[in-house]
Amino acid sequence: MGIEEKLLSDEAQSTTEQLKKTVLHATHVESNAKLVPFGGWDMPVQYPDGIIAEVKAVRNSAGIFDVSHMGRLIFEGPGAETILSSITSANVPALKSGRGKYNFICNGSGGIIDDAMVYRTDEEKFLLVINAGNTDEDMEWITPHLAARTDFTMSVITDETAMIAIQGPTALEIVDSLTNGEASKIRRFRIGSADVAGIPATLARTGYTGEDGFEIVVPSEQAVKLWKALRDAGAKECGLGARDVLRLEAGLPLHGNDLTSDTNPFEAGFGRFAYYEAPNCIAGFALQQLAEKEPERLLVGFKMIGRGIPRAGLNIHSSGDDSVSESNRIGVVTSGTHSPTVDAGIGMGYVERKYAATGTKLVIDVRGRPVEAEIVDMPFYKRG
Amino acid sequence: MYPEELKYSKEHEWVRMNGNIAEVGVTVFAQESLGDVVFVDLPEEGSDVEQFAKFGEIESVKAVSDLFSPVGGKIVEVNSAATDAPEVVNEEPYGSGWLIKVELTDTAQLDELMDAATYQATLE
Repeated sequence: MGIEEKLLSDEAQSTTEQLKKTVLHATHVESNAKLVPFGGWDMPVQYPDGIIAEVKAVRNSAGIFDVSHMGRLIFEGPGAETILSSITSANVPALKSGRGKYNFICNGSGGIIDDAMVYRTDEEKFLLVINAGNTDEDMEWITPHLAARTDFTMSVITDETAMIAIQGPTALEIVDSLTNGEASKIRRFRIGSADVAGIPATLARTGYTGEDGFEIVVPSEQAVKLWKALRDAGAKECGLGARDVLRLEAGLPLHGNDLTSDTNPFEAGFGRFAYYEAPNCIAGFALQQLAEKEPERLLVGFKMIGRGIPRAGLNIHSSGDDSVSESNRIGVVTSGTHSPTVDAGIGMGYVERKYAATGTKLVIDVRGRPVEAEIVDMPFYKRG
Repeated sequence: MYPEELKYSKEHEWVRMNGNIAEVGVTVFAQESLGDVVFVDLPEEGSDVEQFAKFGEIESVKAVSDLFSPVGGKIVEVNSAATDAPEVVNEEPYGSGWLIKVELTDTAQLDELMDAATYQATLE
């Protein structure tokens, strides 16, 4: 065995820099979580019952995730709407108060610097949630564009708040029980406020698992109390390992894997979240040009037919030849795992457009072993 | 955690001798480090393996790891229960989660392996 050197994904990258800790770090240690570096943070990858048990809990009842490492920015003031229109791909003026929208932060070529959620929490107030590992790049990109305007303020609330996601078929029932029924008044993709277990909280009815649930933002000093209240109410502690499996089963992309600054929203199949008509959208012109031509490659979902698990970085080949070679290489795997819910190896990857139709047979080169796979429609799992 | 009657390799495999047949599997440390085992790839019965050479792969939800044989010889049996239901490696790593049986070419190979106490000391 050679476990240490072969652990997959960036979660295992060793780092010499000081890792940041969320306010729930000690709680994870108390629960005997296995901690790994992720996006500059020391985060739980799993708890003692293991990733499969955690995935099953979220699919069958409810799980909680510490997502405090994700960047949280508040934009406030009469110019907030305009500035968010310029840096994100969301149609911000059309976003009604109390609603959220998935979007991309794209560079001047339409490449995806990050994917994000923007919520209008009040007429002139917005919450922007970005990926932990991209926070520095995002800020570097955003900051020069802010200088031109003075009619808004931007504050980073990542440290002063914590964010806990509760996901699964019983998540609503649990949060309702802790909010005297206030939670169920917040519908899908909306955001509102309520006291959860007596803690003043912002609740977004969104998530990254394919299940119903909430992402709850509370003051840092109340996070442990909220975590324990949700756990005591029946939600299972879940780590990043389960979160990665759940999002992949739900067909949701991960920035850094499936989305990068070298990919654009259209080839990723998310053109519907790339609104480019805002007059001041920085990536607008590039996105419009990309929208008007057929992408050369497309992000597809595939399921293994033969025995093997797809992993990020493995090459994808066309089917039908006797062997895999550079001449029949048609793409690369960007995410892959064993899905406990589907009970098969599943993955996402970019392939040349002519090979991207549902039902197309592929061959994945699993470290020298060719294994057959088939393109399927995503999501791999849809809640009933 | 680390039975006295077994021999261990630094790559976290164990060996149980029955005559000149060595039963091989992975240790509790290995299966706990990996997490939920979801895939095991083993060689054909009848093939040969050299001591400390790669003989297969084991994968958990998040990790891939090579399997190295602590002994060399002819692989006389592979455990299809482990390839069919890999969770058995987590559940009974020293029992029904064994991986291969090797007919030893030379029992002196065993001198290159560790006893339980020595192996356990390498984990601390």
